[in-house]
Amino acid sequence: MSDKTFKMTLHVWRQNGPKDTGRFERYECPEVNPHMSFLEMLDDLNERLIEEGKEPISFDHDCREGICGACGMVINGVPHGPQRLTTTCQLHMRQFEKGPYEVWIEPFRAAAFPVIKDLAVDRGAFDRIISAGGYISVRTGSAPEANDQLIPKKIADRAMDAAECIGCGACVAACPNASASLFTSAKITHLGLLPQGQPERQDRVRKMVAQHDAEGFGGCTNHRECEAACPKGISVDFIAQMNRDLLKAMITAKDDVPSRD
Amino acid sequence: MELRSNEPTGPIEQRWTKHKAESKLVAPANRRKYEIIVVGSGLAGGAAAATLGELGYKVKCFCFQDSPRRAHSIAAQGGINAAKNYQNDGDSVFRLFYDTVKGGDFRARESNVYRLAELSVNIIDQCVAQGVPFAREYGGHLANRSFGGAQVSRTFYARGQTGQQLLLGAYSALQRQVAAGTVKMYPRTEMLELIVVDGEARGIVTRNLITGEVEAHTAHVVVLATGGYGNVFYLSTNAKGSNCTAAWRAHRKGAPFANPCFTQIHPTCIPQSGAYQSKLTLMSESLRNDGRVWVPRKKEDCDKDPNSIPEKDRYYFLEERYPAFGNLVPRDVASRNAMYVCNDGLGVGPMVEGQRRGVYLDFADAIKRLGEQTVRERYGNLFEMYQRITGDSPYNTPMRIYPAIHYTMGGLWVDYNLMSTIDGLFVGGEANFSDHGANRLGASALMQGLADGYFILPFTIGNYLGTKRSFKPVDGDHPAVKDAVAEVKSRLERLSNAPDPKHAPEYFHRKLGALLWDKCGMARNKAGLEEALREIPKLREQFYREVKITGTGEGFNQALERAGRVADFFELGELMCLDALHREESCGGHFREEYQEDGEAARDDEKFSYVAAWQWTGDSSKPQLLKEPLTFEYVKPAKRSYK
Amino acid sequence: MERALTLYQTTIGKKAVVALTGVILVGFVVGHMLGNMNAYAGEEAFNGYAAALREVPALLWGARLLLLIAFPLHIYTAISLARLNRSARPQRYARKVDLVTSQPAKWMPYTGLILLAYLLFHLAHLTFGWAGPFNPENPFDTFVRGFQDPAISAAYIVGNLALGLHLFHGVWSMFQSLGASHPKYDRFRTDLAVFLSAIITVGNLSFPIAVMFGFIQ
Repeated sequence: MSDKTFKMTLHVWRQNGPKDTGRFERYECPEVNPHMSFLEMLDDLNERLIEEGKEPISFDHDCREGICGACGMVINGVPHGPQRLTTTCQLHMRQFEKGPYEVWIEPFRAAAFPVIKDLAVDRGAFDRIISAGGYISVRTGSAPEANDQLIPKKIADRAMDAAECIGCGACVAACPNASASLFTSAKITHLGLLPQGQPERQDRVRKMVAQHDAEGFGGCTNHRECEAACPKGISVDFIAQMNRDLLKAMITAKDDVPSRD
Repeated sequence: MELRSNEPTGPIEQRWTKHKAESKLVAPANRRKYEIIVVGSGLAGGAAAATLGELGYKVKCFCFQDSPRRAHSIAAQGGINAAKNYQNDGDSVFRLFYDTVKGGDFRARESNVYRLAELSVNIIDQCVAQGVPFAREYGGHLANRSFGGAQVSRTFYARGQTGQQLLLGAYSALQRQVAAGTVKMYPRTEMLELIVVDGEARGIVTRNLITGEVEAHTAHVVVLATGGYGNVFYLSTNAKGSNCTAAWRAHRKGAPFANPCFTQIHPTCIPQSGAYQSKLTLMSESLRNDGRVWVPRKKEDCDKDPNSIPEKDRYYFLEERYPAFGNLVPRDVASRNAMYVCNDGLGVGPMVEGQRRGVYLDFADAIKRLGEQTVRERYGNLFEMYQRITGDSPYNTPMRIYPAIHYTMGGLWVDYNLMSTIDGLFVGGEANFSDHGANRLGASALMQGLADGYFILPFTIGNYLGTKRSFKPVDGDHPAVKDAVAEVKSRLERLSNAPDPKHAPEYFHRKLGALLWDKCGMARNKAGLEEALREIPKLREQFYREVKITGTGEGFNQALERAGRVADFFELGELMCLDALHREESCGGHFREEYQEDGEAARDDEKFSYVAAWQWTGDSSKPQLLKEPLTFEYVKPAKRSYK
Repeated sequence: MERALTLYQTTIGKKAVVALTGVILVGFVVGHMLGNMNAYAGEEAFNGYAAALREVPALLWGARLLLLIAFPLHIYTAISLARLNRSARPQRYARKVDLVTSQPAKWMPYTGLILLAYLLFHLAHLTFGWAGPFNPENPFDTFVRGFQDPAISAAYIVGNLALGLHLFHGVWSMFQSLGASHPKYDRFRTDLAVFLSAIITVGNLSFPIAVMFGFIQ
């Protein structure tokens, strides 16, 4: 692997707020180091833009180690870019060493993710889906001794598989229907697998799915694009589980109106 | 001013119980009359806001991230300690307490540490009940591992994402309260000032990061759970957004800042690959269990393919210098030695600003001894992460590692109730100085954040409110509130309109970071610190003269956000150097080259067995030093040696 | 009932309706093809099979009723879901690369519309006799003479290719939408989808081809 820098042309989506129509702007990056991360390349460009008196490109990012879920943009048509199982912040420029040298960068596009500015979008819908029921109601201090309830390792591992979701929204960005089914189902399955999650299981799935729809996300039509784009490899099997849970809840639930508190 | 720790007296194992029994309570019907502001939504802030909401207080929770779920607690990998003694290996609350005091190099308050150890067991119960999918054994019981050289297995973990899972637990509890209407969440909102009225914290001034609107929020209590200040070094393992502004603003309003020079270095991070680098990535320290650390013996070998360097030309410096512990010497010893060999010109990897900063961590022997399969099972994930970042495969080429700033033990001074000297200002998690002394044990940060958030703050805040009872009304028209808002606006104006704008805020941040890393990093000395203290004000002056912000303050402007944070880092950096200069001893994360015995850190308990809390005086170069003496009744200070 | 409506209001409920009606329609398509296999046994067998169907009016009308509910529901729900899904992304990507989805999956709405048009034509031709040769007394005669007309055969072939593509995604999707998933059996879901769509397509296409090449006359 070489340390030789290379040239790149970026077409970046610039949009000043949700009401602006937005457009691509072209930027030349004459010296891209293959060891840079994708975001570091943008940092570098931004510093240049500021020095030239232009506005830097806005994009969300925080931990830069692939866990906080803040970053995310669609790079040449793929959320988080060409490397599988990798967030944008962990994508390094050596992935582009052999081209393509021309890259289009767009925000995650969905009605439920309004653009704040440029590549930064509002993913507050995810928080509201969690608020609708993505929790186990337990008061601080009222928990029983942790080892009183045994959980088979396989179940705990499976729950962890679902819990690894970082809430970045790549699933929505990748889905032809801008559906948040993968995100919603991962949380439903994580809690639904555990014994602690059983009392609220039926209520949870009904409320979370209702919120998912109310936010304006589309429905799942089983393209599996979400799974392919997910930087954590969350499986669409969880979507099947969510579907099953919802159908079961609607058929067998004892109360007609979901209620709590 | 005298610092009063307000710790209870009596046998240490009864202090917290006694304190709770003697504290005042707030009746359920009265709780909704009290407004509480929580700044930060990580483990400490998120847990506190959720629990206070559950109790019925009116809570407002703020975070600069777009969602509370993204607070930097999420990045903690290793685990969380708890004295459950599930492994029957002799652990106990006392032993965890003992290890923490000793690990902190005898610079923490015993009562606080004991309480932390005591509460550790409740944390695990709470998290399991929330659905945190901790690792389990085949029988269904919770699994544990030994972490960071501990002699007992007391660390609970969820793969390599323990922080994430604990935070998602706290976040779900928080979102539940948001739904219940007890907590109002303000994401993408940054605290830029503390409002103090008659010596009481009564609110904050914030900037809405989307609209740029500057707003005042008043309350009866303000909780800061805003994390550590490791980003003062520019390059650290902290998230890019992590900053000291909230804590620093409180400091400038009268809250003493304690032990700022106690910063923790993590020895196994991926080295910087170029000047453009924006952050450093930590890799689990467990790698040192099987990897061997070395550098070439000859300078001319430093840029050669490591596999081509014959065994006799390799310098296994840790094994040679510390035959008893070898590659497993404590974090700070491993870190400093790596720095020394690199300073001697033996570092490897890319040349960045004229120096190679990296040492090899070689798994060739481990692969020979255990087989590639076993190594893959143990470290497969870490190797993949390393390869993703560097492009090299550790199976064929030795890894390169270098130490990086990871955690800051210093923070706002708090008493036993986690309250600052400003009444009604509470500080939790990494933002306070309280429990880790001069150095933190592995897997204890998560424990402290959650202990503060779930179990301590909700209780001590109730005690404060119950004791105080009557509050003067403070609203947006109060002069203190108006002043604070005006102050924030003028500061933003000043940053946006530098007289000779030239460079982005990062430009100055990088310079400050490099200076601090050099002079106030892994090893410090008088001359270096004095030099830093001369340089920082010059750099700061240049910053205010030349910082360039494009775009407006009336909207989303990430450069402006960063500029404000960098401005505060300048002042904090100066305080760090002052603190490091005044502490003429080596202890924990603070290593003064002048104070060592046979190459080992030399602590000076005679002179420095105290918490150094610095009070703002209006002149950043002349803060006032307040001392809280430390006494050790249960764990007697002892010297450590790894030779 | 209220609960069924609530369920229908969710995207998952709608999709389940599409899947469930899909199951019925797949069953119908399979039965239809198997029944038509009688053509290979000659005129008598085929007409006998047609007559036998009419001998149990309860069964015939039961099946017709089920189809009369399933078809419109399937089509209406799928269209309303597709519209909802389109509105979930008002601003399209300038560039978008699909990583794993299949072309038939992306064509579902179009193959569905082709199928609808074909279905109407098919009913007009073979059930109502409004298009093409029609002999109400002798279904076999209608069948053979119809496929001797290249235009009718072409329409039939296009319709059945669309059906095959529709089933290719639809059958797998059905399981997923109804939550019929199990790690042990999941790989059989795709196998079954490929198998079913292949069998039905090959089976159905064999009829016009057999007629055109004179195997059935």
